[in-house]
Amino acid sequence: MAAAVKRPPLPAILLANDLLDGDIVFATAAPDGALVWTRDPAHALVAADDPAAERLEAYAANQLATNHVVDAYLVDVAIEGGLPVPRHYRERMKTLGPSNRLDLGKQAGEGIDAQSKRVSA
Amino acid sequence: MYRYDEFDERFVRERVAQFRDQVSRRLDGSLTEDEFKPLRLKNGVYLQLHAYMLRIAVPYGTLSGRQLRQLALIGEKYDRGYGHFTTRTNLQFNWPKLRDIPDILDLLADVEMHCIQTSGNCIRNVTADHFAGVAQDELEDPRPTAELLRQWSSLHPEFSYLPRKFKIAVTGAEHDRAVIKAHDIGLRLRRHPDTHETCYEVSVGGGLGRTPMIGKVVRDYLPKPDLLAYLEAIMRVYNLEGRRDNKYKARVKILVHEIGVEEFKRRVEEEFARLDGPSVNADPAEIARIAAYFAPPAYETLPEVSRVLEATKAGNPAFARWVETNTTPHKAPGYTALTISLKPIGEAPGDATSDQMRLVADLAEQYSHDELRVTHAQNLVLPHVRQRDLFAIWQKLGEAGLASANIGLITDIIACPGLDYCALATARSIPIAQAIQQRFADDERQRLIGELNIKISGCINACGHHHVGHIGILGLEKRGIESYQITLGGESTENAKIGEILGPGVAAEDVPEAIERIVEVYLTQRVGNESFIESVRRLGLAPFKAAFQEVAHAVA
Repeated sequence: MAAAVKRPPLPAILLANDLLDGDIVFATAAPDGALVWTRDPAHALVAADDPAAERLEAYAANQLATNHVVDAYLVDVAIEGGLPVPRHYRERMKTLGPSNRLDLGKQAGEGIDAQSKRVSA
Repeated sequence: MYRYDEFDERFVRERVAQFRDQVSRRLDGSLTEDEFKPLRLKNGVYLQLHAYMLRIAVPYGTLSGRQLRQLALIGEKYDRGYGHFTTRTNLQFNWPKLRDIPDILDLLADVEMHCIQTSGNCIRNVTADHFAGVAQDELEDPRPTAELLRQWSSLHPEFSYLPRKFKIAVTGAEHDRAVIKAHDIGLRLRRHPDTHETCYEVSVGGGLGRTPMIGKVVRDYLPKPDLLAYLEAIMRVYNLEGRRDNKYKARVKILVHEIGVEEFKRRVEEEFARLDGPSVNADPAEIARIAAYFAPPAYETLPEVSRVLEATKAGNPAFARWVETNTTPHKAPGYTALTISLKPIGEAPGDATSDQMRLVADLAEQYSHDELRVTHAQNLVLPHVRQRDLFAIWQKLGEAGLASANIGLITDIIACPGLDYCALATARSIPIAQAIQQRFADDERQRLIGELNIKISGCINACGHHHVGHIGILGLEKRGIESYQITLGGESTENAKIGEILGPGVAAEDVPEAIERIVEVYLTQRVGNESFIESVRRLGLAPFKAAFQEVAHAVA
């Protein structure tokens, strides 16, 4: 699973599948500034410039190499209501869940704590 | 039903242990994803859009109650309480965790099931007519052949790294319900006109996907004992000469197309002559041993028509409609083959909850000699039901939301998981199926329209068989939005045909209206009892195209 893919237009977020569970995870900044994974797309760190995107790419490469995640890649986003939303519908599905089962996936709050749960269209 | 012998049992158990070790080596970092991916795929584990997906083989679509109950348990314990039956008659779980999969495989092995060869460039699960052994138009049960091929192809050392995946289907009936002409190899049992022996008609090079093709007959009457040697000859020609430089051109259909069927036949016959047939073909004793597992159950002696059934139908029109739509004449007097629709209006085609699986397992045990089938159209079949038991079954199915009377009708839609689950998909399929179902939900209207197969795929790979749908729908991406291309006139039967494109793609919300216009042309122009596909054959594409393009242009 190669990490090196063409960088999409910015702003962008980094998403991947957790190796153990397969869940979609997003790179975010911990309180100390270090990059960690979150299951909540609302907390995804948005890279608005090249240095920030390079940092996410380096994190992706590291996390793939150390077997924490699979299929990690940058996704271009729009900022809607202060939150990053993938511009392409395919990746939007990844931040939500199956559209025929609103009771499943991130749209149902799976893996997302109640306070940060967002409502997405 | 076939039961594992000691070799089957040991083989499956060893494979589970092997995969358990591979998973633990992946999790401790000894294996990279690049190293692990081909190993997981050989055990049916995909990485999909939201999670891993596990595809479980249901050989030739046959299950016992115990097996289906185990699938229900796995769905509940390790997944989200439901599974998805596919057009390859397999079952997919959409949310398993990698760490749990070895335990799931152990549970499957407990009921003689596995996920081996449900992915990868090998011979996949062999499918068969879902009315095998019971259909009135059947010459011979195709399942002993399918089981023989399962054993022959399982971990066959020569065919484990083919240029691409390879699919085989078998039917023993006049009417093809197994879509054999859209398979890499399609086998049809038939009687030789002179010797009256049962032989195989062998077709090669059918397939859907990016380059849809109808299979070509390469042998009209292959003697049954020669089956494995002849198939081995086909596989060798393909393995040697099939393209490996381009995955889209690596299927045997491309080879047959590029060198021509006559040259392909010549090479196969040459290889067949060179092979040491007796060392390749199955021992007649082994063939007899396998066939014995598929002996018909002990049917009761019953009148041709059940008076109980007739009386119940007379007093209950909804029940009568369901019987008319969902049952198929059976070889044994007083029995019927019952198709349980997994297409209730508004649900994902082919999905069944764990509770529904348990109910069907109970019904199979109580009313169908502990046997059920999965169909390529994503429904379930109770193959041996006494006609007089139908009312009790209907009532129980009704309580579980499984009594839809729509088999073969416009709402009995085949749909792949599409972009709601699949990482390869370019558009969603399930919501399109749901919207069409809602539009045509009225029972009377469905009956008025009659037999009409709609088949939907969410990408060019065509898991939803859209090319051979009377109406086919293909979801694509067009300028960043989902767009649906509609085809007409496809057929999946002995009259197999690839549908033709009606016009430009339309947006998701316009698909039901487009289907409506096509159906209106049929309803206004049909003659007598002509079915939809018969009208399409007679009228040609033009009137349908004109009606469709009104919709396409109105929204363009």
